[in-house]
Amino acid sequence: MLSAEIVDIIAAARTDGWVLEPEALRLLGAAGVPAPRFVWAKSKPHALAAAAGIGYPVVAKVVSPKVMHKSDVQGVKPGILDAQDLTDVYDRFSRLPGFDGVVVAEMLSGRELIVGAKIDFQFGPVILLGIGGTAVEIYDDTVTRMAPLKARDVESMLACLRGSRLLTGYRGFAAVNVPQLTEMMLAFSDLVMALGDRIDSIDLNPVFCSPERCTVADARILLAP
Amino acid sequence: MDFTPLFKPKTAVVIGVSFTNERHPANVIYNKIHLRYPVKVYPVNPRGGVFNRDPVYRTVGEVPGRVDLAVIAVRADLVPEALADCIRSRVGGAVIISGGFAESGRGDLQDRIAGMAREAEFPFIGPNCLGIYSPGHFDTFFLPGERLVRPNPGNVGFVSQSGGVLVDQMVKFTEQGLGLSLAVSIGNKALIRETDLLRHLAGDADTRVIAFYVEGFGRNEGRAFVELAAAISKPVVVLKAGKTAEGSRAVSSHTASLAGDHKVFSDVIAQHGIVEARNEFELTCFCESLSHYPRAIDGNVGVITVSGGHGALASDICTDLGLRLPRLSDAVKAEIRAGLSANIRGIASLENPVDLTGSSTDADFEAAVSALGRAPEVDCLLLLLLPYSPGISSDLGARLSYVHRQTGKPLIAYVPHVEKYRILIEGFELNNVPVASSIDGAAFMVEAMRRCRPC
Repeated sequence: MLSAEIVDIIAAARTDGWVLEPEALRLLGAAGVPAPRFVWAKSKPHALAAAAGIGYPVVAKVVSPKVMHKSDVQGVKPGILDAQDLTDVYDRFSRLPGFDGVVVAEMLSGRELIVGAKIDFQFGPVILLGIGGTAVEIYDDTVTRMAPLKARDVESMLACLRGSRLLTGYRGFAAVNVPQLTEMMLAFSDLVMALGDRIDSIDLNPVFCSPERCTVADARILLAP
Repeated sequence: MDFTPLFKPKTAVVIGVSFTNERHPANVIYNKIHLRYPVKVYPVNPRGGVFNRDPVYRTVGEVPGRVDLAVIAVRADLVPEALADCIRSRVGGAVIISGGFAESGRGDLQDRIAGMAREAEFPFIGPNCLGIYSPGHFDTFFLPGERLVRPNPGNVGFVSQSGGVLVDQMVKFTEQGLGLSLAVSIGNKALIRETDLLRHLAGDADTRVIAFYVEGFGRNEGRAFVELAAAISKPVVVLKAGKTAEGSRAVSSHTASLAGDHKVFSDVIAQHGIVEARNEFELTCFCESLSHYPRAIDGNVGVITVSGGHGALASDICTDLGLRLPRLSDAVKAEIRAGLSANIRGIASLENPVDLTGSSTDADFEAAVSALGRAPEVDCLLLLLLPYSPGISSDLGARLSYVHRQTGKPLIAYVPHVEKYRILIEGFELNNVPVASSIDGAAFMVEAMRRCRPC
């Protein structure tokens, strides 16, 4: 069952057809899928206060119903070190079309994964896990499973990735927190099953997974037409 | 719905026999059932009269006694009336051969007959299909018997959306010596679809392996299919067409672009323990292997060869398929060596592949198969048998099958398929050991047994 908060977020996004990033992160948080500490700041002072609260370095991302792919318009700025830096970025973002504030969020680290979902014509809700980042299509290293997932499905998804060893520890890189990743995947699977035909597809990309935790850094939820 | 009258009819009618066209599908079907099968068949045509000295019935209702199966081969627009006649006359089920439905823009006509049948709980196959092939019992293919390659009765149930693929696959199965329990071409699958036949074949005592040629499932239909396949114990093999990327539909999410139709299909069927064949050759090999060995293995292969080159090729192919050739323990090697004849004891290589060399005899093979059959490090044996060596007799197939039965470990043999090796091949096959006609085929047969592994 979807909480009232989630139902409201989906209803509000109907007009645009997709859920703005800060709302998507809030939705995931409400569904038990770990999101970073972030603030949706609609003014410069608000953004600066948020960054001070979270603690530098922070990442700033443009919020605009006209910008679905933020990287395409340089709408993501990681590694912001101080207030001056943030002010410059805010000014630049504010000139982008449809500007509706910025997301100021904590910086995350770890392996970049993509976790996704789509409503497949033949199989209904399916969940994807892959080696993530902006070059996901280049690596094309993903595995899909029909939802709802069981813990052993997640285990098999990890094993089936070509880059599996990147996640289980390789050459001095520690293994990611597999129990946390599993828990996240299962919570996400439950969410996707509950959303059902309301959605077209969801990208959680990247999801940062470290030995300590797995956190969704960016989320895009496309609603069904 | 009860499919028994459809697949095991005692009586049948063929609706639409022609008085003027001897090659009319209805005539071909009527003739073959009448002349060659143990099914009582009656011709039906609204005009009545006499056909081949037999009375023609105007309606199904006029036919004496109970009719199990109706084969409908009339023009599409006449099908609803023929179907209504069958339903009124309490026929058990029908095969609708006729085309001219959804495949040519008449989805409305198709929906109409499906609706009629659903309401009356009347099972039918088709339309636009070849229908049913039940070896030794009957078939509804409008192809003359002499033009078909007809597999023997066996234990593979095969369901195909395409009649052409089905007929061609019957050739491949026959070449492999593989028999069918039932084959069904479902055509437009207006009523009876893949999942219905999966359920039927799961409960069919004659069927051990269930194979499908699928072009596509309807909305959410794949979900029901894989959930059912995962719940039954029989191996399910699927050959899917349409592997190219989905159209040019613009996709704005990474997930939609990465998880294309076929990628999802492959991953999801593997998740549910269904074996995906990539082509007709794999389909044949997988069915052959799983019809003998339905239990899943890890894929640790012990290879026995008389030629180092064949051992190396098999090793490469197996490795490419993700199978392993584990090192043999000293104890296993010692056991094999102890059983070998004196003249090869010094020259045979007892690594994996075990190369018995061209000087080996039947007894050497028995020793190697026996030892590997009990070796814990391998869960399957692959035998590359080139019967050129003078020490190998034509009895070897039967003798090794006997050794295999004692250990129970799956054994696959490769023997070149030429007529002069027939006794050797049948020595294996008649004793339930599958024989491949190529090294690749043998390796695919091993791969099939890892059936619950998604990667």
